[in-house]
Amino acid sequence: MVRDEDVQVLLNDMLDVYGYDFNDYSKASLKRRIDRLFTLDKFPSFAEFRYRIKSDEAYLKRFVEEITVNVTEMFRDPSFYQTLQKEVLPKLATYPLIRIWHAGCSTGEEVYSMAILLHEANLLQKSLLYATDLNPDVLEKAKEGIFPLSQMKQYSENYLAAGGKRAFSEYYTSRYDRAKFDKELSRKMIFATHNLVSDRSFNEFQLILCRNVMIYFDKDLQDRVLQLFDQSLEPLGFLGLGSKETIRFSTLASSYKQIGKEKIWRKGA
Amino acid sequence: MAQRSINNHYKLLIIGGSAGSLDVLIQLLPFLRTDLDLSIVIIQHRKPGESLLPDLLAGKTSWPLKEVEDKDPIENQTIYIAPSDYHLLIEKNKTFSLDFSEKLHHSRPAIDISFETAADAYGASLVGVLLSGANADGAEGLKKIKESGGLTIVQDPAEASIAYMPEQALNLFHPDYIVSTEEMVSILNKLNR
Repeated sequence: MVRDEDVQVLLNDMLDVYGYDFNDYSKASLKRRIDRLFTLDKFPSFAEFRYRIKSDEAYLKRFVEEITVNVTEMFRDPSFYQTLQKEVLPKLATYPLIRIWHAGCSTGEEVYSMAILLHEANLLQKSLLYATDLNPDVLEKAKEGIFPLSQMKQYSENYLAAGGKRAFSEYYTSRYDRAKFDKELSRKMIFATHNLVSDRSFNEFQLILCRNVMIYFDKDLQDRVLQLFDQSLEPLGFLGLGSKETIRFSTLASSYKQIGKEKIWRKGA
Repeated sequence: MAQRSINNHYKLLIIGGSAGSLDVLIQLLPFLRTDLDLSIVIIQHRKPGESLLPDLLAGKTSWPLKEVEDKDPIENQTIYIAPSDYHLLIEKNKTFSLDFSEKLHHSRPAIDISFETAADAYGASLVGVLLSGANADGAEGLKKIKESGGLTIVQDPAEASIAYMPEQALNLFHPDYIVSTEEMVSILNKLNR
């Protein structure tokens, strides 16, 4: 079992050697994932585990990929997407150019979901979807737009529950066990690495989506990231979070108004 | 089988269950002392999107009952329910964190994850209870609670509507109590006396 002190040693190494700062991540989840990897890769001792991470860049990639959570879905929480479509898109439609930021997009399932919504509202042509993550490998996957075919039944159900009117299978072609999404959907996507812990605001957006990313951060880091979103959001812009996340305890709360019961807030003018 | 004192100051009671455990909760919650000096966390296997459980259980207790949101502080004399389709982790600073990582034992929330992080955060001031279910989830986590000095209680497989889950725990280690729902109520009501 990896101890708290060991976790701290690894976090210090990550910052010193590679510039990745995981110090303000939620500790329980981080420790569990580090412990899981240590067991999975059968290291005889913590010292060997540490040495491998510090000295082997290929293993570092595995370490980062395994301790960060990259699980995501298309149209997760259908009512969220329904609210985007009914309440948010009509407002965005009034802009000549729509800029959306998917912060911590992982393998991109939510970015493709958004592109489908925009496409069906005839807004995709005048939209730009900035999709960022700290991990360049997941961004490569997101660019390809290829997801496991085994997930499509679930995603199709989510899509229909979100108010989707078409056959979900129109959007992808199946090959073996994979579903490749239509290139038209990714034409307006821009992928870039961005670390929410250390990188700054890089543009202004009318909609920022960051769902189930900040749950891996402690409260102080959550506050700092919410400030970053505030700086990156135009007046009257929208912020969408995961179904169990809130801005209630942050300084943003007073100037943002929640849309109904969904985890979508609109910035004041 | 009172092989250990239960007068310690327990701060958290964590209960895990799957198929067949809802009935136990419904029989248990109304009979708990309202002045029990601790917090309660319930990890009940749920389907994604299932939303009725909190209302159902809220009717069985006079304590505030809340489905956890990320980073909620753990308040005394409050009952917390793990939300569907997230793992629920307990932090050492006595707050909750949510986690949308891979399912464990085909489950999210997984009882093992909550039990293990609670054991790490609360040590000997934790009580773990494992109820009926058709799944091996919870056994490893309950063992960890015992190893960390906490009190462990397993529903008697003979009473459980599905014995598999409590049996998995019994195959792994010896919990402090193996009891019926009625005996469980009486043990819990003696905590912190």
